[in-house]
Amino acid sequence: MDLNTRLQNVTVIGAAGKMGSGISLLLALEIAYRALEHKDRTYLLNLVDVNDGALLGLLRYLREQAVKDAEKQMSRIRRLYADREDLVENGEMIQAFADEVLQHVRTGKTMTLAQDSTLVFEAAFEKEELKVGIYKELAAICPRDMYILTNTSSIPLHVLADASGMLGRVIGYHFYNPPAVQKLLEVITPDVCDSELQQLAAELAKVLRKTVVPSNDIAGFIGNGHFMRDGLHGIREVERLAQEHGFVKAVFFVNKTSREWLLRPMGIFQLIDYVGVDVFQLILRVMEKYLNDGLHSPLIDRYLELGIKGGQTSSGTQKDGFLKYDKGAIVGIYDPEKQEYVMMDGTWNKEADTQLGAHPDPTLSWKSLQGDPHLDAKLRRYFGSFGANPTFGVQLATDYFRVTREASLRLVADGVAHSAEDVNKVLTLGFFHLYGPINDYLD
Amino acid sequence: MTHMPKPLYLAAGAYTMSLGTGRPEFNPRKARPGLEHYIQEVGRAVFDQIEDPDVIDEGVIGNFMAARFNKQGHLGSLMTIAHPSLEYKPMIRVEGACASGGLALATGIKSVLSGLADSVLVMGVEVQNTVKAVYGADILAGAGWFAGERKAGGTYFFPQKFSDRAGAFGQKYGVEKSRAAMAHWYATAIENARLNPLAQEHHNAVKDLVGLGLTPPDARTFCEHINLFHCSKVSDGAAAIVVCTKEGYKRLGLKRKDVVKIVGYGHAAANLTAPPPELTELTTSRKASGLARKMAKISAEDYGVIEVHDCFSITGMLSLEALELAGPGQSIDLVMAGENKRTGRFPTNTGGGLVGYGHPTGASGVRMAVDLWKQLTGKAGDFQIQLQKEHGVMISMGGNDKTVVSLVLKR
Ligand SMILES: NC(=O)c1ccc[n+]([C@@H]2O[C@H](COP(=O)([O-])OP(=O)(O)OC[C@H]3O[C@@H](n4cnc5c(N)ncnc54)[C@H](O)[C@@H]3O)[C@@H](O)[C@H]2O)c1
Repeated sequence: MDLNTRLQNVTVIGAAGKMGSGISLLLALEIAYRALEHKDRTYLLNLVDVNDGALLGLLRYLREQAVKDAEKQMSRIRRLYADREDLVENGEMIQAFADEVLQHVRTGKTMTLAQDSTLVFEAAFEKEELKVGIYKELAAICPRDMYILTNTSSIPLHVLADASGMLGRVIGYHFYNPPAVQKLLEVITPDVCDSELQQLAAELAKVLRKTVVPSNDIAGFIGNGHFMRDGLHGIREVERLAQEHGFVKAVFFVNKTSREWLLRPMGIFQLIDYVGVDVFQLILRVMEKYLNDGLHSPLIDRYLELGIKGGQTSSGTQKDGFLKYDKGAIVGIYDPEKQEYVMMDGTWNKEADTQLGAHPDPTLSWKSLQGDPHLDAKLRRYFGSFGANPTFGVQLATDYFRVTREASLRLVADGVAHSAEDVNKVLTLGFFHLYGPINDYLD
Repeated sequence: MTHMPKPLYLAAGAYTMSLGTGRPEFNPRKARPGLEHYIQEVGRAVFDQIEDPDVIDEGVIGNFMAARFNKQGHLGSLMTIAHPSLEYKPMIRVEGACASGGLALATGIKSVLSGLADSVLVMGVEVQNTVKAVYGADILAGAGWFAGERKAGGTYFFPQKFSDRAGAFGQKYGVEKSRAAMAHWYATAIENARLNPLAQEHHNAVKDLVGLGLTPPDARTFCEHINLFHCSKVSDGAAAIVVCTKEGYKRLGLKRKDVVKIVGYGHAAANLTAPPPELTELTTSRKASGLARKMAKISAEDYGVIEVHDCFSITGMLSLEALELAGPGQSIDLVMAGENKRTGRFPTNTGGGLVGYGHPTGASGVRMAVDLWKQLTGKAGDFQIQLQKEHGVMISMGGNDKTVVSLVLKR
């Protein structure tokens, strides 16, 4: 069955979640455009989620985003509506398109909505039993040639497929957050996987204008395979530095150097907060179950016991975690001893800044280097200056740099990634790093 | 009309900043001042220049599409908020697409000539950053023939119309040459805007303006023959000036040196439902400005300062030809030789014009008159030029050269 036919009846499970809503949007837009181009076909997008309220929010989101998309694709929209005499102005066509998008969407709580689908995207919670349960149910009600594209970010695909009797019919389709914006798509092909499904996955990625990085079916894949180890290194550094400098300062040092010295978009603890401390723990657990590689942190467990979770509110504002935020800016650091946030009030953190020493080149930052045509040369010069500049900050950054590179090389050696280039692509595209971790900048 | 039945003057001009992208004050996410603010601000600037506010007998306000941009009609009544003295005085709103400002001047002139008024406050206003560009394009497309043209038109209706003109012009006189001249038009507009603190492009610090102006047009994202630098801006702003008799300006407390004389006036409208007779010519502009020049009894060589409606750089160039400053296709040479620059033979759009100052549509015609008045009375401040001749001319154009008002002014 070709992609266009499969797209005539698609289901998203967990559609109202963070990832599910983005995937739903991508599909809803694609389906609306196809429906306008192929008027003889019927297209349906079933959006299933157990959360009614969130489904209502999803419809609102789809409408808003459909309007925005149409505003940007106006020339295409004008062409598509050329034969609609009643639609003359841009504004009229934009509204008609938003209506079109929603016309193909059915929402509901029950899985039976999926019964005619031959293409199912799954983005429910990251829980093995839950996903297996969903796949079994789908296998029972859907056509025999139904395929599942799951957004799991850590669970081995063969485990899910095997346990649900879906061997060969499940592939990892790991979008990055937010799916509608992020270019990266990590495609995880288990050892047993229908060739039709593999081709379909590749074709759809092209249609959705995603950059595919293939990963092997090893828990955590490339993205979390790197992130978890990167995060654990940060945590271990904190534990080491805390002995001399105290906990709060240690977090400050590591977060600041991992961002500003390594020229990353976020410090490591800001990133863990962004993803959610709970999600971080969950992924660690899944990976440790299959890899047995010391992927565990008592500190993370303790934070969750204390109710420190990070993550975002439904409107997208950052919740407090390792760090405290005010309108997105970091204003404090959690002290698990005192069980409170210590504010960065300019007293102790000034001193901490002095201890780190001057930034090797204050004119450079992740932001300032965006789109720089001489990026590689500048990075080379920047990291090249580390040796002649042995401040405390440079030392921490150097260690970080080396550990993250080793972890990345291991992903290649262990066969998680096919190549160093693939790891680098995941970090630059999926995590917005300026450079891939596998490089020779510090050699 | 071949002569002015009585001497008329323009006095006490002013305009506001043109707000929109490019101005540091502009933030698309924040609330912005509305029509009321602009009417009051520009009103205040006029009344500050005159002794007795009660001397103003009437008001005319030019506006294109407040009914859609701001959901506001009835601007004649709204105009009274410009000053308490206007309460219960006759106020009228006029519309002629982007020539609305020009029509406001024409209406003011007629009122004074009729003898019913000695001094008429003429204003133009538009506040159009209320909607995103795709929707703004819908609204502005109302300057074309909606029933006959809109459906087949592009996303950006008017840019496409003038892109067609630029394409025809390029085909006739050389694509590269005409694009180079359009790029130089842009560069000059920005250079002039840098001298005008109220201009939307005042803070433009781009070094290689010509290079930027030469950016190849991209039909996929915009238009086939013009790029975004060849376009005027989306702007909020207002302009105002007083049309008066000799007694009128005296009663305002002004002297002859503070005012300019209207010596030529031409107004022409062409069939909205017909395509332009010639893509490479602005026939209506030629007609209206010819009438004005004839009334002034001067030749094109006598213009010392010029204001043209460069809604697109190609329109600016075609306007120079319509004014008979250059023959067909020769605006290219005129611009490439820098004759339109402030130091050239025909200083044009010295305050930045529509590309540099901005284009609050309903205000533009009045703003042109104010810029001419400023230059001719020596009040142009940082962008004052050394006048070589004592006449100025303006072309206020609406739609695709469908309504045109042209005035010739004398120091
Ligand atoms: N958040 C990320 O950055 C990210 C990135 C890549 C991959 N992922 C993966 O995507 C998946 C979803 O993650 P998320 O962050 O969007 O989670 P989420 O909690 O925001 O969304 C999960 C959604 O699934 C729904 N759901 C749960 N059980 C269901 C069931 N039985 N039937 C139908 N709907 C059900 C929930 O109501 C919720 O709306 C996970 O597998 C996660 O590992 C997440």
